[in-house]
Amino acid sequence: MTLILNVLAAIGRGVLGACRSVGAIALFALDGVSHLLRPPFYPRLFGRAFLEIGFFSLPVVSLTAIFTGMVLALQSYSGFSRFGAESAVANVVVLSITRELGPVLAGLMVAGRIGAAFAAEIGTMRVTDQIDALTTLSTNPMKYLVAPRLLAGTLAMPLLVVVADILGVMGGWLVGTTKLGFGSTTYLASTLNFMQAEDVISGLVKAAVFGFVITLMGCYHGYNSRGGAQGVGGATTAAVVSSSILILALDYVLTEMFFG
Amino acid sequence: MTDTPKIRLRGLTKRFGAKTVLDGVDLDIAAGHGMVILGGSGSGKSVTIKCILGLITPDAGTIEIDGRDILSMPRREREELNDRIGMLFQNGALFDSLPVWENVCFKLLAQKRITRARARDKAAEVLAQVGLAASVGDLSPSELSGGMQKRVGLARAIAAEPEIIFFDEPTTGLDPIMGAVIDGLIVDCVKTLGATAVSITHDMASARRIGDTAAMLHKGRMVWTGSAAELGQTGNAMVDQFARGEREGPIGMELRK
Ligand SMILES: Nc1ncnc2c1ncn2[C@@H]1O[C@H](COP(=O)(O)OP(=O)(O)OP(=O)(O)O)[C@@H](O)[C@H]1O
Ligand SMILES: [Mg+2]
Repeated sequence: MTLILNVLAAIGRGVLGACRSVGAIALFALDGVSHLLRPPFYPRLFGRAFLEIGFFSLPVVSLTAIFTGMVLALQSYSGFSRFGAESAVANVVVLSITRELGPVLAGLMVAGRIGAAFAAEIGTMRVTDQIDALTTLSTNPMKYLVAPRLLAGTLAMPLLVVVADILGVMGGWLVGTTKLGFGSTTYLASTLNFMQAEDVISGLVKAAVFGFVITLMGCYHGYNSRGGAQGVGGATTAAVVSSSILILALDYVLTEMFFG
Repeated sequence: MTDTPKIRLRGLTKRFGAKTVLDGVDLDIAAGHGMVILGGSGSGKSVTIKCILGLITPDAGTIEIDGRDILSMPRREREELNDRIGMLFQNGALFDSLPVWENVCFKLLAQKRITRARARDKAAEVLAQVGLAASVGDLSPSELSGGMQKRVGLARAIAAEPEIIFFDEPTTGLDPIMGAVIDGLIVDCVKTLGATAVSITHDMASARRIGDTAAMLHKGRMVWTGSAAELGQTGNAMVDQFARGEREGPIGMELRK
């Protein structure tokens, strides 16, 4: 009997804790976004964050996209050749990249880079009193640290995904033309003919949402970190894990909204 | 009006989990005065200051600045009040993503009282006051020694010429001469700028120099308030033991129980 009660109590505690976190994160996000509407603004900090997310993530995201496009072409060719549908390779590549793999894989890569970096930076500022110092220096830390990063993440991710889409298709094209015997123009023509604005736009909307979630998780966990180096390490892990899971979960929700 | 203390604490209480750090602190700090807060390590001196700054929310009690309760103040007014307060953090808390000059002029830049072009010169001026060369302005805080970081933190706290300045251990980690220079600077803030300076220090010589009044925090309460010049011969056994750094006395006995 006590065992059952203990188990139930543990479950209850977990659920309550989860609700509290969700509430706290929602309030944090609202506060952060509300600062985007009220001056002063920090264009310099926005620019720095935008560069960090949009520009310095280009190598990782590009490599991911190219190899994903290449593997996709190879896999779908070998799969589709079983029922003579090899010609659909270009279509499969462009559809999967723009709708799903571009935003999701770019999101996961950026979560690893940016979510961790933001959590570590803001977390270190927290445990060394730098966030308190901001308050005493007539600067709201949410406005200074969080708002510009949230905006930068939301705007930079779609741009990254445009690059990922193009390079992903080029990866497919590379394998298609050099290895699978497609003609260069035929491949590109069938890609362009098949591609629809809706596919690309849904992918970019996903990217913006993922960008917001990644920066939100990085900032939230950093901002609330406690207790020295260990606390900052924990915040970094929490930021990457939570944003990765949220990306995958939200990907389903958004897909359901667009195409369900 | 002149009788209203600049800062008035009444029954200030703060617990962290089961541990009661502040247990009803009462303190009056007169305007334009140097106040020194003494107390053992971990007695809650930094927590007291952080409560006044609004960085920690107390569990009970009131904090008044210029006769107005700051805990029930709307956020806007609270922020305006903070504009007139400066703080040197115990560990410096410099922004390591910014060069020293931007650290020093951070508040002036945030309040748009100075242009970025002017800020470098202004920073050099304030750095000179704390005994640092203008070239330090271009370094990053991580390139400085501990004592230099402390002095940059001090420069940042006073650059905007605030009405109330809190110094959390301003001279800890400085050599004796530099310590005396910094003490002189704090006295100047009070004498020339008319600021109210609240300092935490473990250095009795420094306490006598920078303090008009001293208060001692022990077991979550202010157990004594009096003239800083008398430290060491106040007649209060606890304070005298603390000021002279003696092992035998009421404080040690309480710990041994
Ligand atoms: N954020 C916090 N969470 C939990 N406990 C805290 C926190 N801040 C301070 N404390 C506790 O409050 C007590 C008082 O801390 P405080 O930093 O005010 O000491 P202090 O008087 O400034 O000491 P020192 O002279 O060593 O700086 C300590 O026991 C500390 O453990
Ligand atoms: Mg302290």
